[in-house]
Amino acid sequence: MSTIFRPYNPSSGQRSDRSAGDRLRHRQKVREAIRDNIADIIAEESIIGKDRNRIIKVPIRGVKEYRFIYGENAPGVGEGGDGEPKPGDVVGQGKDGKSGQQAGDRPGIDYYETDVSLDELVDLMFEDLELPDIERKRLRQIEIERLFRQKGFRRKGIRVRLDKKRTARSRVKRKKATLKQQPPGTPPARRFPFHQDDLRYHHTVTDTRNESNAVVLCIMDTSGSMDTMKKYLARSFFFLLYQFLCTRYQNVEIVFIAHHTEAREVSEEEFFHKGESGGTFISSGYNKALEIIEERYHPALWNVYVFHCSDGDNFESDNEAALKAAQELTRTANLFGYGEIKPLGAGYYGSSMITFFSQIRETNFQTVQIQKKEDIWASFKTFLSKDRAREDAA
Amino acid sequence: MSADYTLADLERWNDEILALVERFGLDPFSQEFEICDHDDMLSYMVYSGMPSHYPHWSYGKNFEKLKTLYEYGVSGLPYEMVINSNPSIAYLMRDNSLALQILTIAHVYGHNDFFKNNFTFRPTRAEFTIETFKTHANRVRHYVEDPSIGLERVEALLDAAHALSLQCRRNLAIKKPTPSEERAMKMAESEPPADPFSAIHRRAEHTEPDLNKVPLYPEEDLLLFIRDHNPRLAEWEKDLLTIVHKQAQYFVPQIETKIMNEGWASFWHKRIVEALELPQGLHMEFIIRHTQVLRPSPGSLNPYHVGMKVWEDIEKRWDNPTAEEVAEFGPRRKSGRDKLFEVREVERDASFLRRYLTEELIRELNLFEYKSRGNDQVVSRVADEDNWRQIKETLIQNVGTATIPVIKVEDSGYLNNRTLLLKHAHDGRDLQLEYAEKTLKYVQQLWGRDVVMETVVDEHKTLLSFSDGKFAVKKAA
Repeated sequence: MSTIFRPYNPSSGQRSDRSAGDRLRHRQKVREAIRDNIADIIAEESIIGKDRNRIIKVPIRGVKEYRFIYGENAPGVGEGGDGEPKPGDVVGQGKDGKSGQQAGDRPGIDYYETDVSLDELVDLMFEDLELPDIERKRLRQIEIERLFRQKGFRRKGIRVRLDKKRTARSRVKRKKATLKQQPPGTPPARRFPFHQDDLRYHHTVTDTRNESNAVVLCIMDTSGSMDTMKKYLARSFFFLLYQFLCTRYQNVEIVFIAHHTEAREVSEEEFFHKGESGGTFISSGYNKALEIIEERYHPALWNVYVFHCSDGDNFESDNEAALKAAQELTRTANLFGYGEIKPLGAGYYGSSMITFFSQIRETNFQTVQIQKKEDIWASFKTFLSKDRAREDAA
Repeated sequence: MSADYTLADLERWNDEILALVERFGLDPFSQEFEICDHDDMLSYMVYSGMPSHYPHWSYGKNFEKLKTLYEYGVSGLPYEMVINSNPSIAYLMRDNSLALQILTIAHVYGHNDFFKNNFTFRPTRAEFTIETFKTHANRVRHYVEDPSIGLERVEALLDAAHALSLQCRRNLAIKKPTPSEERAMKMAESEPPADPFSAIHRRAEHTEPDLNKVPLYPEEDLLLFIRDHNPRLAEWEKDLLTIVHKQAQYFVPQIETKIMNEGWASFWHKRIVEALELPQGLHMEFIIRHTQVLRPSPGSLNPYHVGMKVWEDIEKRWDNPTAEEVAEFGPRRKSGRDKLFEVREVERDASFLRRYLTEELIRELNLFEYKSRGNDQVVSRVADEDNWRQIKETLIQNVGTATIPVIKVEDSGYLNNRTLLLKHAHDGRDLQLEYAEKTLKYVQQLWGRDVVMETVVDEHKTLLSFSDGKFAVKKAA
């Protein structure tokens, strides 16, 4: 037998990052897993009002490596060291516990979680959602600037915009031209280097693009009957909506309206963080919305989206007025969504506005009931996919 | 190089170590050492030390996990990594000190000797290891790049195959009977047993054996069985199943001898380095490192420590048997050294512990048994007179392939519609049901038809089934 020593080769480490491909594939799978579990994540995490850079822990279910393994009733053996273990002593936690796990080859339960920032999560969530019919009205369009559209080529420019293909081509042209100029019989030059004149750069211009106007009105019931739980659900819903609009549409205007017996326009901060009390006149919120639309967002020029969250516990005498205002809103807005927050066992049948609103026949009116945290994502998707579903059916 | 040694130093010490290796009678393969940095080491750990290995996302996942643990200081990296090949290849960490390298080199020769001589490793064909893994890698990459197959499908198949790869035969020294041998065995079994009183007895009924049943005898190699009996698999799918199976088989001996192997290497690195008579500074550091490696880790089981203790005990008991041992077994016919080499060749962890882990040793190691209660793991038995046997039994259940449930293919024509019937040989330990469900789904994916598995849950015979895309748990009558 013989022995060989191979010295350290610093380049080998840099050259072969051999696990790079497998790591990339793993990260893709993690992303997919997160997207598949978004409903659960939203239900488990209170993400409202959280900083967009906050890191949340997300349990991953899709990327485990399953095998047949023994379960909880399989005993193990450990070393006591210098200590005196006594029957009944706790030596570790669970199967994935650190200290209790014996060091053998038994695969531990593959528990796995990863960190994602809220920002990333929001991007993932909304990847395939869109406001229905955002492009419908084109009468007045606001111009937005989008920078750097490529337009033609120049001989001067900065290095990053160098167009290698065109540069090479112009060198070839120059070479051909030079060869033609030469008297026949001249020996060919060994090299024909690039020249300053060969360089070609992309030219970019700032471009403008037209985008249709859209406004989203968020109306929330802040009356006394909206207890902490209901407000939490309503805010979660609007928070998602708000995050969605922020990520997707740079030029969507958002109006927040809070109402009890009276309605007023509030700031984002107030909307998500302030509580109020009092009775409920749903009509007040709707009328305020109509008023704002009338003043600032004429439906001929704007796509209007109205979302309302309430517990449906309206003051009896206001119902007629609310219905009338709601009908008015459905005629005005592209989409009017009504979400009723009814935590399980909390509501009684009689005061549901959903039954009452069922008189509204317009197709752009949409109601949904939110009973628990898990419903939020589902109802959110119902609202935003309504139009597309109808188009698909048509 | 930032380290306190040069390659020439290592070679000089290696020569001295080799001389001792020969003097002690160890018999290793030729050895190649490669100096690597921590990134290389992480990669080698993930890809089982192989210079070439097929790609799969699970290795990427493992890499990220190890790297995170390493970077946060939760776990260190091994000082070395040795692979069972001929010549054996070992990786040494560049940033380790000279004392640590000397310890590691001696340790590597221990592993190398064990790979070459222990019976479990004989079927692994060490001379072809590197090439085999490389051709496997090339074949898998070829399928990934084939536009008619592609990454997605290869990955889906590998996911499923990986889940079942260790459901294979455990003792490769036992020859697997060929189909014709199996038929002959079945026929022989159906003959009535020889009866010395056949003259006065009525002739026993001869029952015709059902030779059409597949498999004739319960089959443990799940992947191979599926490969051979699912006619819908394409050639590339069969090839992938073969590759995954072969690679798993390569690692079975290492799983089977973890405690023996680590104990053996630790036992010898101690002997060798002590005989080297290192200068004082180096020797001090060696003692510290050695103690760190061999430290019993309270609450869990350090295979280095347990293994080395048993080896030392064997040597002691054969060199200086006590009066009781002489009375019980007669005078020893072998010296301690000879006994060590015999044991190193013919045992694996389960038999090693069963034969040589004595009551005294269990007490000395202060072993205890624990069980899960709620979310806690609670000590259930300690090493006293009544309990040491049971602790030993539990330990044997937790070493080698005994940690993997035994699941065999019972019938491939169950319910007369090509449903695959698997049977879990229940030994008191239930399966983890969530994992069983997901793994059964993989079996179904590979088999292409319904799958039923018989097991025991909470002391009730239970059928787990995966049919029409749905998982069901049913108590059997």
